[in-house]
Order: sequence, then structure tokens, then C-alpha cells
Amino acid sequence: MRFHGFCHAATLALVAAFIASPAAAKTISVSADTPDANEKLQEALILAEPGDTVELGAGVWKLTDGLSLDVDNVTVRGAGTKDGAGSILDFSGQQGAGEGLLVTSDDVFLTNFAVLNTRGDGIKSKGADRIVYHELRVEWTAGPKATNGAYGVYPVESSDVLIDSVYVRGASDAGIYVGQSRNIVVRDSIATENVAGIEIENSFDADVHDNIATKNTGGILVFDLPNLPQQGGHNVRVFENIVNDNSTPNFAPKGNIVASVPTGTGVLVMANTHVEIFGNAFDQNGTANVMIVGYRYDQKDPKYQPLPKAIVVRDNQHGKAGYAPAFAGGAEIAAALGGAIPPILWDGAGDAVVLDKVGVLSLGLPDVTTPQSEAKPVPADLSKGTPPAPLPGITLPEAMEAKVR
Amino acid sequence: MKRAVAALVAALLCASGASGGAPPHVDQALIDGDAMPPKLSAFGLFAANDPARPVASFAYTLETPLFSDYAEKHRFVSIPAGQKAKVRADGTIDFPVGTVIVKSFGWPDWNGGRPVETRLLIHRAKGWVALPYIWDADGKDASLAIAGRRVPVTFKSPDGEMHSIQYGVPNRNQCKECHNLAGTIEPIGPKARNLVLPTAMNADAKRLYFDNPEALKPVMPRWDDPTSGTVQDRARAYLEANCAHCHNPQGSASNSGLFLRWNDPVGVNYGIGKRPTAAGRGSGGMDFAIAPGNPDHSFLIYRLESLDPGIAMPELGRSTVHKEGAALLREWISEMPKGE
Repeated sequence: MRFHGFCHAATLALVAAFIASPAAAKTISVSADTPDANEKLQEALILAEPGDTVELGAGVWKLTDGLSLDVDNVTVRGAGTKDGAGSILDFSGQQGAGEGLLVTSDDVFLTNFAVLNTRGDGIKSKGADRIVYHELRVEWTAGPKATNGAYGVYPVESSDVLIDSVYVRGASDAGIYVGQSRNIVVRDSIATENVAGIEIENSFDADVHDNIATKNTGGILVFDLPNLPQQGGHNVRVFENIVNDNSTPNFAPKGNIVASVPTGTGVLVMANTHVEIFGNAFDQNGTANVMIVGYRYDQKDPKYQPLPKAIVVRDNQHGKAGYAPAFAGGAEIAAALGGAIPPILWDGAGDAVVLDKVGVLSLGLPDVTTPQSEAKPVPADLSKGTPPAPLPGITLPEAMEAKVR
Repeated sequence: MKRAVAALVAALLCASGASGGAPPHVDQALIDGDAMPPKLSAFGLFAANDPARPVASFAYTLETPLFSDYAEKHRFVSIPAGQKAKVRADGTIDFPVGTVIVKSFGWPDWNGGRPVETRLLIHRAKGWVALPYIWDADGKDASLAIAGRRVPVTFKSPDGEMHSIQYGVPNRNQCKECHNLAGTIEPIGPKARNLVLPTAMNADAKRLYFDNPEALKPVMPRWDDPTSGTVQDRARAYLEANCAHCHNPQGSASNSGLFLRWNDPVGVNYGIGKRPTAAGRGSGGMDFAIAPGNPDHSFLIYRLESLDPGIAMPELGRSTVHKEGAALLREWISEMPKGE
């Protein structure tokens, strides 16, 4: 017992030392017009110590190489996201690295700067737990182009992810993409003119709420794909978002799964379990406001579950939808139904409960191996199923919430 | 040619110990401490700061090396006196604290054959630390470039083509991106399966530096020597040396599900029939990383042959296309029966 008590005292002393350390935290300011700004900024990101803030001066930073941060508990703070006043990291002349900024450490806070025109992804964080993306703009300024980078903000393989008040535009895959992570909140953000506005992929426990997903090819995607280290995506709530006018023709490179997303998709759920879609305002999504499908490509992964299961759609507002269904045979079905298909589209596999008072069209493809050419479209009533118990909301560590208050 | 270089380095090593004056010595206290000295000379890793005169325990080459813009690399290891490295069961090498792995990069026809940079991987008590040094214009010393730098270089590749590139010296974080294993830095080149010691190094010399020198039996073929292995085995050796340090379950590309270690099974995890996930533009509009029998529809090849930062693989350390390496992988994919 004495020994145990000693250990405890030692631990307390250690904790005290850590709590004391932020007192020594410093701010490292770097100016955009410093000669060799690229090198100076990268040096600051390397030499920063836990607790420090790297402050990006206002102005346009002309960067030729990707930046990276690998120190825990660092804040990267700019002067804002607006052209002319903010801290604008311009990667138009990028010569190397797969992204503009790469974060590989924990407890990082990114706030108040813009990342423009990266050749690959905008901001990527990998294995970076408790990361906060806040008041950021990641944009390909010429709008939708196949030559734009894939993802705007891209946390992957992380626990506790907060994306708050972020603006993304022009990603040739997903504007906000969270992959293979858990405990995720994406809120108060705007995704426009991307192929996918917001995408939660192969992830567990996510709340996507109070966002605007507009003018993308597909607004909000909840996907699970095979042959990846983390799969079995589940427990995702998509609520109180505005998802409208997702009408940008798909400009993703062919071959990518997202290239198969029909133009005019609001929310698309593929091969996930326990997804709740509620309280959203849908309008002007030409294919469907909500689409629920299985993964229909050949795959031999014995651990993969290709069907959507326990999907709930309730209490959403539905404006105009289904007037330009951009999938094979869609136009013919719409014509047969008097010009539009119902706002909710289900491929007929897996299970879902739809409590919204709108029509559901089933493609009648009861298992994922039935080719789409054998579709037998038929109205479906999914209101009779028993909805699974509601999911609890996501709670992030208080220290993360404190950063954005 | 590489073997000749190794022999030359070995000869120089012997010469450096025997030359007149005070014998050069490595500053072990500096290596063991926390400092990041601004000048490479502080370490005493080269006699008279001459990159051709390393002060080493031993020099080494690799059966199949990592491609870095056709740079010629000179590698050596400094192990503290009395300490020994040990080959682990998985073939990686456990170098003692105090070890420095030194790698210099240059081209025979650039700047008189002098190196452009020397990278140190130092095993300190808290773990491995990567420090990049760029040689000064006068060639007398090299300066710490913690944030990396682009250096314009011009050289001729083996096929006779001239290249003028902005050679990228990696920054300290980028060093870690490749050397990362589950969050810590590890050496990636010298592994038992790939390490080649100087032929002049006899059994006694090996015992001086290794606990179990008998475990040092290279098993990987030389990627460019058809007598050393089948096309598939040489392709796998190439992928191991150039890709697997990221593409393994604990590496920087762990999330890709594309695992390219020498001993990984050659299946979907190897890219065969694997659809793009986070490849973005890297898919080049193709369905699979490797489409058997069809290298032109395999985006693994597309990424190796691209210089666009949003497409190119590896993401770091390459401003030219390794035509010969890509040709080997093309040959391998062509040989695969279609429809597999």
C-alpha cells in the first residue's frame, strides 16, 4: 500500500508538471512576406513545442511544398479566411507532397486560415486524435474541375474529430471527408460545388448537423467500403442540415467510388448500419433527397457487410426532388411516373424505416449481386418497420469544445 | 556499378583510419545528447569534413534500394565502441542507442560528384531522430536544414537523358513520414533481407558489430538483376524498398489497405483488383490499382509514372519518373493472367 501511495504521489507531481507547462507556452509568429516563407513556416511547425501557438500572419502565402505538423497540442491560428484580410495559404505552385497541410499529432487546433488550390488534398490529419478544424476555408478557386484535389479537409484514422465552421469548395472527391475514424462531429459548415459535400466513410459514431450542403453532386454521403483496415461503418446521425440544389455534374475521376454518385443526390447511405436522417431541409435534389443502397461492386472481403441496415428517415422537410434522376433508367422511370420519381430512393436491399410522409421508390434489387439492369422499380412502403432505438448524441472531450467557444 | 561504389567506400573506410595525424573520431556525447548542431562537422562523422572519408563502423549497400531521383547514395553506420546491433526475428535490426545511420545523396556528374545532402538517423535514448544536412556551396561543411529545401540539380540518368530538377531535401517531419512505424521512427533501409555488407568485411569484423551476424543473409533479389530472381520477386522487392515503409498496417499509408511488404500475400491487399478508395485523382480514371495483364489500366503504374503532386507516388522524394522501375512493374503486371 505504501508503495501504491508513493506511486500516486509521483503521478500527481507529474500531472502538476504537465498542467504547469502551458505557462511556458509561446506564440511563434510567422509573416507571409518573410523571404523563404515556406521554409520559415515549416520550421516553426517543426520547432513548436506542446502548448505553443503558431500564428500565421495575414496575407497571401505562396507555398511550393506541403506543410506538416507532428507536435502534440499545438494551435495553428491565422488572421482569418477572407481574401485581402485573412491568412491565405496558396498552393497554386505546389511541387510536392500529397496535401497542403498534414497533421500527424494529437490535440491540434487549426483555426482561421484558408488553404487554396492544393494539387492533392487540402488539409489531412492522420492518426491525429482530438483534432479541431475551426473557421477554415479550403477551396479550389476555379470551382468544380476534375484536376482539383480529392479532399478538402481529410481526417483519417482518428478518435474525436471536430469540424466546425469550415467552408469547402471544389473538391474532386469530398469537401469534408472523415475516414476510418470514431467519435466525430461535423457542424455549422458549408460544403459547395464538391463531388461529395460531406462524406463519413468507414467510420463509427458521427453527428453531422447544422451544415449546408449545396450545389455538390451529392450533398452528404455515409459510406462503407471493403478491403480497408476499419470497416463496418455504423451509428451516424445526419440531422438539421440544409441539403439543397446538389446539381453539379459529377466531376470525379472515373474509377473512384464517388464517381458513381448520381448528380442530384441529397443524402446517400451505402452499406452502413444504424444511420438516422432527421430534421433536415431538402430541396431541389434532382435524383433523390435520400438514397439508401448496398455496395454493388464485386468484392471478396469476407469481413465486409455490403448492405444498408437499420436506417431511419424521419421528420425531414422535402422540397422538390426526383425530377432529373441521373442513374441508368432513371429518366424512363420518371417519365412513367409523370415526370419525377419519389424523393426517397432505395435499391431494395437491406432494411430501412422511412417515417417521412413522402413516397419511396424501390429499385427491386433485393441482394447486392443482382445487376442494376434487372431493376424492377416499384413504390415501397417502409413506414411499417420498427425503428431501432435512437442513437445517443456524440459528446467530444470538453477541452475540444472549449477551443471553439 | 553500385558494387564498385561499395568497394570504393570500403577502401576509403580503411584508408581513413590509417591516414596520418590524429585519428578522426565521432563525437559520441553530441550524438547521445539532445542537440541539433547547425553544422554536420560537429559530429565528426567525416574525416576533414570530406564526404568521401566517412568515420564509420561499416559501410553498406542494399540489394534493392529506394529510388531517389537517380541519386547515388553512400551509406554507413557508426555504432558506439563496444556496442553491437542485433538482428531481430522479423529481420529488422536493433541498433544500439548511440548509433548513427548516415546517408549521402549525390550524382557523379553534378557538382564534381560531391553530395547535395547528408541525412542522419540518430538513435538517442528517447528514440530515433532524423536530421537533414545540406552541403554548403563551398563543399567544406553541411548545414542543418530542419525544414528541408529545394535544391536545383542537373544530372544524366542511366538512359542518357538529362534532368534539371528542383531536388527535394525532405524536412524532419517528412523524414518521419517514411520512417514512421506506429508513431515512432525506425530505420527502413538496413534490414537483414536487404542489407549488403562490404565483401571485404570478414566474419570477425561482422562479429565486432553484430550479436548474431549469421542472421544477416539477404533474401531479397536485386530489382534490376534478372539472375537474382523472377520478375514477380524482383517487383516485390522493388515495392518493399520503395513503397512498403508507408504501405504497411503501421505505416503512414495504413489507412489505404494497400500493403506491399516483401512478405505480404500477393492478393487484393497488394492492389490486385483493389478499387481506389482515397486515391482521388491518383486513380487516373481506372478501376483498379493493379488490373492483371493490363498495366495501362493499373493506377499503381499511373501513380509511379506521374510527377503531379496530387497523383505521384511515393508522395515524397521523387521529382523524376523511375522509368526502369516502372518498366519492371509493367512487366510483372503484364505477366499476370487476365481475369484473376
